[in-house]
Amino acid sequence: MHRVLLICAVLCSAACPLAAVAQDLRVPASVTAGDDVTIPTTGSGKATFYLVGPGVSRKSEVSLGEEIRLQGQELWNAGDYLVLVCSDICNSGTFYVTAAKPASFAFLVHPSRVPVGQSDAVSGVAFPFDQFRNLVLTPVTVSFQLTAGNKPLFSKQVRTENGAAWFRTASGKSAGLLQVVASLDDLSAKRAVQQVASDPCNLRITGQRIPIGVLVQTEPVHDCAGNVVPDGTIVTFSATEANGKSTVDAPIKQGIARAQIEATGATVVSVASGVVMGNELRIGAKP
Amino acid sequence: MKFILPISLVVATAALMVLGLFIGGQARGTVGIAAGSAVYTPKADNAEQALKNLLADVQRRNWDRALAAVSKSSATDKESFIQEWTGSNGSLRSFSALEGFESRPLHITPDEAQIRVRLHWATPVGPLEDVRDFRLIREGDVWKTVLPKIQVPNVPAQVIPVTYLRWDLVSGGAADEWGSRNVDAPHVRIISMNAVDSAEGAVVMGEIVNEDTVPAFVNVNATLVDSAGSAIDDETSFDKINHVLLPKQVSPYRIDFPNISLKNVKSVRMDEKATLVPASADPVIGVMNQKIESDVQGKSVLHGDLFNQSGQTVNISHVIVSFYDNNAKVIWVADGYEDHALLPQSSEPFAVEIPKSVAPKVQNFHVVVDQYSLGRS
Repeated sequence: MHRVLLICAVLCSAACPLAAVAQDLRVPASVTAGDDVTIPTTGSGKATFYLVGPGVSRKSEVSLGEEIRLQGQELWNAGDYLVLVCSDICNSGTFYVTAAKPASFAFLVHPSRVPVGQSDAVSGVAFPFDQFRNLVLTPVTVSFQLTAGNKPLFSKQVRTENGAAWFRTASGKSAGLLQVVASLDDLSAKRAVQQVASDPCNLRITGQRIPIGVLVQTEPVHDCAGNVVPDGTIVTFSATEANGKSTVDAPIKQGIARAQIEATGATVVSVASGVVMGNELRIGAKP
Repeated sequence: MKFILPISLVVATAALMVLGLFIGGQARGTVGIAAGSAVYTPKADNAEQALKNLLADVQRRNWDRALAAVSKSSATDKESFIQEWTGSNGSLRSFSALEGFESRPLHITPDEAQIRVRLHWATPVGPLEDVRDFRLIREGDVWKTVLPKIQVPNVPAQVIPVTYLRWDLVSGGAADEWGSRNVDAPHVRIISMNAVDSAEGAVVMGEIVNEDTVPAFVNVNATLVDSAGSAIDDETSFDKINHVLLPKQVSPYRIDFPNISLKNVKSVRMDEKATLVPASADPVIGVMNQKIESDVQGKSVLHGDLFNQSGQTVNISHVIVSFYDNNAKVIWVADGYEDHALLPQSSEPFAVEIPKSVAPKVQNFHVVVDQYSLGRS
C-alpha cells in the first residue's frame, strides 16, 4: 500500500509543472526517528499536504507560507519519506529517517551445547535496535565477553557493520556453563552455552566372574581433557566366547557404566562408546 | 411414478438383509481362516485335520474345544495354553490375532505325525510370520496334538535398586526474549551408508550415531537421484531404526525402495533428522548368546536371548541388527519383533533371518534393541 501511494505521489509530483512554483518546500535531508520535524513553505493560500513513508501515509490541509509540523510519532520507522504539497501545482521533497540511538539489542549465540576444545565452535551476533525497533545501521561498538566459571576466556570489542556485530571463538577446556555477555553502552545481554565433555578417552574396563556370568564395569569415564563424560552416555560391552557373543548397551551412571553378561566359558570383553574403542579384557572360564 | 424408486430401494434393501442373514450363517464357519485352508470338522480322522481343528479353535478363542484336541500327555494347563496364544503382560502377542496358517506334514506314521505350520499373525507392527513344528499322536480313533511344557517366566519377588536417570525437556515461554533460551537439536551423524539391490528393490542401509550428550529422536531419509539430477523416489527408515538414541548410541537403519533398481540411480541423497526428546536410560536390555545358525528350514538365522536387566516389564522389544562383511562394511540390516513381554530380570529368545544372498558374506554383526513399555513415552 505504501509503495502504491509512493508511486502515485511521485507520478503526481512529476506531472506538476515545477517551473511555476508559487510555493517552495525545504525538507531536511536526514531526520532521527521519533524527532519532530518542521517543513517551511512559501506562497499563500490553502494546499493539500501528503506524507508517505514506511508505515505512514497522511493527507491534510495546510496553509502555504506557514510551517508544516510533522509529529515524532509519524516518523518512528526508519526509511525514505516523501512529502508533497499541492495547490494549483505540486511540489515535493524526500528525506531519510535514520534509527535513533540504540535502546536494545538482539543477541544470538550458537550453539547452546558444545563439546570442549573445539575450534571456532562458539559464535554470537548482536543487532542493536532503537526504541522504535529500527535496526541501528550507524556503526556502534559492541563488547563481547566469555567467561567459564569466574575465569575470562575471551573478550573482544567489535564495531557493527550494516547493523550487526559478531564473534567466533573456540570452546573452553572445562565442561560447565559458559557465560556470554554482549554489552553496548549501558545495555547488556547475557546468554549461556553448556560446554560438555568431548568423546570418551582411554576407555578402560575391569571385570570379574559372578555366579550368573561376568560383571564388567568401566573406570570413571573422562574425555581427553579430564572432564567427566555425562551420565546417560551409552557404553557398549561385547563379550565373545567360543559359542557366541553377548552385548549390552549400558548407560553411564555416576560416572561408571556397568553390565552383567551371561558367559560361562573363557570370554573376551571389549568396550566402545560411540566410535571410540576401549581396552579388551580376558576372563577365564567358570571353574 | 415418483414412488417407484423409493419402493424398489426399500424392497431391494429388505431382500439383501434377508439374503445377508442366510449367507452370514454360512460364512461364520470360515471366519479368520486364511485361504479357506482350515474348516472345522467335528471328527479329526487324520493328523493334519486334527491340527487344523486345534488352530481354528485357537483363532475363534474356543479354548475348551481347543484343549479337548490336545493330548492328555501334554505338559500344559488351560491357563498357560491360553496365555501362550493370547499373550500377557501387554506383549505384542496380546495385541495380535492369528489371521491364518498353512500346514505341511513333515513325517507321518499310523500313530504319530510331525507337522510344520506357518502361522500368520496380524499385529500392530504389521503382519508377522511364525513357523512352528507340532507333534500329534493317535489316541484311539482320533488324533491329538502333544504340546510341550510352556515355560512361563516366573519372576521372584524382589527389590531391584535402579539409579534413576532420565532427561526432561523444559520449553521456554512465549514471552522469552528472542534468542535467549534456544536449545539446539541433538547432533547426530551417519557413520556408514551402503546401497544394494535386493529381490524387492533397492535398499539403502548403514549406521547412525548420536554424537551429542542429550537423547535424540532420529529419522533417516534417502532420496534416489537419476543421472539427470531428478529425484526418483524418497523414502524414510520408518521402523528399521532405533528412533530414540541415547548419547553415543549407534543404531542401524535401513530404507527400502520397492521395485526400484540401482542401475537407474546415479546418487543417493541422505538426510538425517534429529529432535530433542525426553528419554530414560532404563531399562537396559542385554543381548546374550548371539550366534548365527541354520534353522529347521535351512535358513541362516541370528539367534540370541534378550535379557531385561531392569526392574520393569518391557512389553514390546524390537531387535535391529546390522551385519558386516570382512571389511566391516554394513551389508544388511534386518529386524524382528519379540512377541513375548520381557519380565524384569528374565530372558526371551529372539531370531532374525539373514537373506540367503547375504549369509555367506557375514563376518560380524551388531544388535540393538528398541523397546516399548506401556504407560511410558
